[in-house]
Amino acid sequence: MSLILIVSIVIALAVIGYVLGVQRAVSSADGDQRILHSLKGYYGQNVALTVLVPSLLVLAIWAIAQPLLIDQSVSGLLNLEDSRAQSLAMADVRRVAEGLDTAIAQGALTSDAAANMDAETTDVRDLLGDIGVAVGSDVTPETLNAAQRYRGLSNTGSWARGFVVLAIALAGFAFALSRITKDFRARNIVERGVLVLLIAAASVAVLTTIGIVLSLIFNTINFLQAYPAADFFFGTRWEPSFSGRGGSSELGFLPLIWGTMFISIISLIVAVPLGLFSAIYLSEYASPRVRSIAKPMLEILAGIPTIVYGLFALLTVGPLLVSAFGQGGFFGVDWMSGGTAAMTAGLVMGIMLIPFVSSLSDDIINAVPQAMRDGSYGLGATQSETIRQVIIPAALPGIVGAILLAASRAIGETMIVVLGAGAAASLSLNPFEAMTTVTAKIVSQLTGDGEFNSPETMVAFALGMTLFVITLCLNVFALYIVRKYREQYD
Amino acid sequence: MTDLSSTEPKAHRSLKVADARTKKRNAAEKRFRAYGIVAIAIGGLFLLALTYNILKAGLPAFTQYVVELEVTLTQDEFDAAESQMLKTAAYTDIFIGNFEANLAERGVAVPYDADAIERLLGKVGGDIRSYYRENLDDIGQPVTFQLQTSSRVEGYFKGRVNRDTIVDSRFLMGSDLDIVDALRDSGVLTSRFNWDFITGKDSGVDNPGGAGIGASAIGSLFMMLVVLFLSLPIGVAASIYLEEFAPKNRLTDLVEVNISNLAAVPSIVFGILGLSVFIQFAHLPQSAPLVGGLVLTLMTLPTIIISTRASLKSVPPSIRDAALGIGASKMQSVFHHVLPLAMPGILTGTIIGLAQALGETAPLLLIGMVGFVAREYPDGVVSGFMDPNSAMPAQIYTWAARADVGFYEKAWGGIIVLLIFLLLMNALAIFLRKKFERRW
Repeated sequence: MSLILIVSIVIALAVIGYVLGVQRAVSSADGDQRILHSLKGYYGQNVALTVLVPSLLVLAIWAIAQPLLIDQSVSGLLNLEDSRAQSLAMADVRRVAEGLDTAIAQGALTSDAAANMDAETTDVRDLLGDIGVAVGSDVTPETLNAAQRYRGLSNTGSWARGFVVLAIALAGFAFALSRITKDFRARNIVERGVLVLLIAAASVAVLTTIGIVLSLIFNTINFLQAYPAADFFFGTRWEPSFSGRGGSSELGFLPLIWGTMFISIISLIVAVPLGLFSAIYLSEYASPRVRSIAKPMLEILAGIPTIVYGLFALLTVGPLLVSAFGQGGFFGVDWMSGGTAAMTAGLVMGIMLIPFVSSLSDDIINAVPQAMRDGSYGLGATQSETIRQVIIPAALPGIVGAILLAASRAIGETMIVVLGAGAAASLSLNPFEAMTTVTAKIVSQLTGDGEFNSPETMVAFALGMTLFVITLCLNVFALYIVRKYREQYD
Repeated sequence: MTDLSSTEPKAHRSLKVADARTKKRNAAEKRFRAYGIVAIAIGGLFLLALTYNILKAGLPAFTQYVVELEVTLTQDEFDAAESQMLKTAAYTDIFIGNFEANLAERGVAVPYDADAIERLLGKVGGDIRSYYRENLDDIGQPVTFQLQTSSRVEGYFKGRVNRDTIVDSRFLMGSDLDIVDALRDSGVLTSRFNWDFITGKDSGVDNPGGAGIGASAIGSLFMMLVVLFLSLPIGVAASIYLEEFAPKNRLTDLVEVNISNLAAVPSIVFGILGLSVFIQFAHLPQSAPLVGGLVLTLMTLPTIIISTRASLKSVPPSIRDAALGIGASKMQSVFHHVLPLAMPGILTGTIIGLAQALGETAPLLLIGMVGFVAREYPDGVVSGFMDPNSAMPAQIYTWAARADVGFYEKAWGGIIVLLIFLLLMNALAIFLRKKFERRW
């Protein structure tokens, strides 16, 4: 039974339940709504919620659990010791099973023929190829057998799913309707139910964090079992090879974090002075008119998608820098050989970060009490002296927080470095050389055509883990500073 | 009473004549002020440069060059062509015959051969044949064909190649440019707005001319639907709980810290989450807009929660008190009074969150939306969510990563389309804010 059908039946039941609930409540009070405990709508809502929530919850759990259980039961048939081979074989089984389903849907096979197919006598790969399902290797009898089992189980599973979910929905329907009397405290029950739903929604954010942490930790542990931790954290060479496995690749973390830091620092050198001076001007000097134009203008920079900045770095800034610093360039120095370099990415990223520094610093400078300014003016200081000697020191913790947030943004930025910084990992000091970063390598390792369980792919999770930890520390620290600072003047 | 104005100042200095130190301080003041102006000006200049660059590089993607030719195919010609072995070649001959007559009529004399036509216009025979096979009624009537020129010819018009830099190849010869110029002068070859770019699908790696952003825009649309229908209800429900019902204790504190940190987690980490949870663990299809939408939902959720909480907070407590005072329950006061009043702010925040999600690329790289060639429109709603597709930013990245320079123009053109969507969404958000904003 298809998912959409089940969901629409459940929703239809809920709607009918609502109408019947309202009717039943009104008739239980002999048509006099005033003697009902709650407004009549709540009786309907109660029925609808009792139908919807448990059944959809079971449906969601079922949708997650069924593939896992089927995988477990089917992979027992394949009898493979190695977990890598196992997962590859399971992918084949799944593809063959899907292929058979497609073949039946297209009418190329009858369902009996699909169920009784024999890999010894039929070329299954050819047959599936004809209907547009590509299977990597020849289909062995074991695979076909497992695929048949897989199909059988999923078929039974989806029928059972439909049956169970609808049974729960109907049970809820009957139960909720039967409870309706004029004294039934429908509003209290509905409100308690809604509160539970609200709590569930709030926990989605927490679950996301848990999901991130778990998926990173498990995959990182898997990686560190296949590749020595010391070589990863202290290795100075990054040379993954996709041909071999294990020892043949050098997966050193240092060149990547070096590139990340280098590019982030260049971007901060651009962004911090520009952002800070913009914030000072906007909050202390600018007339309301100028402010109302300049502030949104800077904020547009934050709203431009990073892919645009990436393309700008790759196609415009890179060639421009080469024509200035490259061979035969404007300055007559030969520092830069290609358009993609740490400088290219750093400059563009710096521009992107201006609004991050300026908006937050602007808020923070505005929060400095006017009394401090007045005191300073009263002593005869000029406006710039007041800013430099009173306001900035007072706002410093908050400004540091803003800069740390911008730094965390720079470290986690992906598209600009993927397009603008180059792909070669190097431990160089020359800002005009191509460098690569943690984020860029996460992308290239996970989008390459390597096998999923090889260290070359798994290393991306370890990189993601370090990235997550670094940015998390920066964020927690920065938010702590900003919050602490705000309290100081509140 | 002492007359103050008559007392002589004792010091020789006057406030009206600035001494050296005052001059220095005033100069420092001016400098400091100038730094601020310069910083803002650099930001503004960069914005201008970026806009100029995008328009300059991207606008040509919206122009295409076509050869307009009226062809009348008689039934006899059609039958004769269909009965031949090399059917498309027969149609090419018919085309060249018409082409020659047309040129003669306009008095253009330029030497060309069938190969040159193929280099300029691609396989015209196939196009004409497929048109007539689908529109059998048009046989015998004059039909105006608009045949798109090859990407190399477009490159000539758009300045990517010129007569000095052209290298003879099987794609374009130096002598072809003479034909092109003659056609252009005589008005056979004209330019027009490139609807194919907006409505079209992605093409293969060797055909930048035929690439369009339409299919991937549909992918983006389906992703945004997922994001809207998940993140708005979940985000609003979570904010209502945190803002109105949550007791102030350590656990709620933890949730709040968690949400503000989640908003600053790098987007690529959400991509890793999507890859391992939705694709590895739950076996959802790779490259599907559904998965992309789920990942972007998780990413936008903190943004929406933060802005929703701000707008709930701005509803004054007197509203809640009044509702409670006439006997509403806490839940009723929130859902019947506070939430409707906060709605404009919530919608504004949601639209801005959606705009952010629309431009996000990095997580999509990891769940396989890049590198997928969006050749087809989805068949229906289910296939729109479940079948592999690309998304606009992913499509732009794919084009930027291709070797053929012709794709760069498409990438910039794609950026213009993307930015137009973002501008519209932000304009809508500003409009909503201005129209419904209430000051209490």
